[in-house]
Amino acid sequence: MIDVSSLAKIERDPNYQELVRRRSSLGWLLSAVMLVIYFGFILLVAYAPKFLGIPLGSGVTTIGIPVGLSVIVLAFVLTGIYVRRANSSYDVLIRKIVEENRS
Amino acid sequence: MKKFAWLSAILLASLPTIALAAGAVEGGSKQATNWSAIGMFVGFVGLTLVITYWAAKRTASAADFYSAGGGITGFQNGLAIAGDYMSAASFLGISGLVYTSGYDGLIYSVGWLVGWPIVTFLIAEQLRNLGKFTFADVTSFRLGQTEIRILAACGSLVTVAFYLIAQMVGAGKLIQLLFGLDYWIAVVLVGGLMMIYVTFGGMKATTWVQIIKAVLLLSGATFMAGAVLYKFGFSPEALFAKATEVHPKKLAIMEPGTLISNPLSAISLGLALMFGTAGLPHILMRFFTVKDAQAARKSVFYATGFIGYFYILTFIIGFGAITLVSTDAMFLDGSILEKTKSGIAAIKGGSNMAAIHLANAVGGNLFLGFISAVAFATILAVVSGLALAGASSISHDLYGMVIKGGNANEQDEIRVSKIATLVLGVLAIFLGIVFENQNVAFMVGLAFAIAASCNFPVLVMSIFWRGLTTRGAVVGGFLGLLSAVVGVVLSPAVWEVTLGFAKGSAPVKLDNPALFSMAIAFAGIWLVSILDRSKRAAVDRDGFDAQYVRSQTGIGAASATAH
Repeated sequence: MIDVSSLAKIERDPNYQELVRRRSSLGWLLSAVMLVIYFGFILLVAYAPKFLGIPLGSGVTTIGIPVGLSVIVLAFVLTGIYVRRANSSYDVLIRKIVEENRS
Repeated sequence: MKKFAWLSAILLASLPTIALAAGAVEGGSKQATNWSAIGMFVGFVGLTLVITYWAAKRTASAADFYSAGGGITGFQNGLAIAGDYMSAASFLGISGLVYTSGYDGLIYSVGWLVGWPIVTFLIAEQLRNLGKFTFADVTSFRLGQTEIRILAACGSLVTVAFYLIAQMVGAGKLIQLLFGLDYWIAVVLVGGLMMIYVTFGGMKATTWVQIIKAVLLLSGATFMAGAVLYKFGFSPEALFAKATEVHPKKLAIMEPGTLISNPLSAISLGLALMFGTAGLPHILMRFFTVKDAQAARKSVFYATGFIGYFYILTFIIGFGAITLVSTDAMFLDGSILEKTKSGIAAIKGGSNMAAIHLANAVGGNLFLGFISAVAFATILAVVSGLALAGASSISHDLYGMVIKGGNANEQDEIRVSKIATLVLGVLAIFLGIVFENQNVAFMVGLAFAIAASCNFPVLVMSIFWRGLTTRGAVVGGFLGLLSAVVGVVLSPAVWEVTLGFAKGSAPVKLDNPALFSMAIAFAGIWLVSILDRSKRAAVDRDGFDAQYVRSQTGIGAASATAH
């Protein structure tokens, strides 16, 4: 457990404030993007199934195939964006915070 | 360790005999005993028992038992999470759904995947920084231990129970078809092996069983999808063209069908799939097996990649089965074909067998054996993960924290979880047999709905909302749990199909209750918390700052290893 004095010190640390600001803004932003993509897809399925059934060009492959597959791919890409950002910047900040507040 | 060797020897020795005995009593829907499948399955079981033996020697402390000593790497954990998630239901069920309805299968796959990014962005690192063995460690971090542990244990156990019943019944049916074993023998076999893995090897064995199975399943599915695409010159268009030509629904399989017709129902199901993932106790537990928050974050990234890739494969496999299975008399039931004139409806053993027959079509009997063995291994691994999560909840949350007030002797706690595993195993076998002829399809949906309406709201609010109080979490959490269960009972799937009331008489029109049960849970948590003026509430709110700093930085987090 962190004691009260070091808690206040960490909370005042500019590195900590930057970490919290960056992580929560990116985390909530990407969550919102994922929600919009997924529920956009679900609303298309529910209200415009015929749109997803429009063939691409002259073949039988429909718009729905690339749309559905890209939701899967985007889910992976968004996760990748978060992990990349976190690995490059959050971990550096966390290391600094831990070093500065070692008691 | 003598007892263990003895048990495994008996089990290994008895496998072929059981198969022989079962082969002699041919049931109506049973396949002929499949020797190559049994051979490969015995190989898998042998390998996992060796691993369990290895893990058992290295499992001494509670940290070893619950979290594999924190020694799993991000990549390994990614595979293990994927293994926990790629159940037989998603492999055989989704490819079967694609086989019968085409595009609708993809809608389900997408829903099952999109919870993972949310887990990465909002939960994975915080969970690792705050918790030790179970997700209740996180929710009870600054709240009243007793109340929150009881709530979390109820949420976990109910989720695990429904998931487990669905898996056991599915396992029994599947193994009956695949290996020609009797239903009850299959259920006992699954339950028995699961008890061995979990009680002897704990999380270490369960994780490695999961990893091996994930690698086997991913390679098998890759080979199958590759073989299908090879037959069509690696042109998806050619595959789809042939599929729409032979499928009775023709071009309709390329667009959303009747599976999801009511928009509210679609949204409700979407919510359950997305947020249920972030509330499944056996999945959340996996984040405690890695070293730190960084590894936790990486592991979800790998898991999302593996699971997404796997779902794309099942889509190709489903379409491959339409073209190669529904057109080949070898895989069809002649009498049904006579009646319906549809190769899709006439598939031997039902649509869940689409992927299995396809394995035979593209790789012959040997590959059929491989895929059958992998399907069995899949069930075994998922069931073990569930049992471990349930047992941990009983021993760590209920026994260790509630009954012993956090002062339990470590060895006693491990002993309790082993006993709990045995009880859960026997219960799972019993319920598997009781529910043999019931429609259990709704149970996985119910498990997700409960996870999304009880476990997830309490978890996310405890991590992010300063105002959350013990009373708010307990009232809101139980309201979510209750409304999810009531909502499912009153839904068409249970009210009309399982309970047999008149069609259209279901009081709730949604197949999945998540839309209102999640709303009730969040509203209940919020309202009760802001009205809470108790002394405990002040303590709860005051504890937030310290919890938040630790969730962000990991300072003070449970160290990876106990040594």
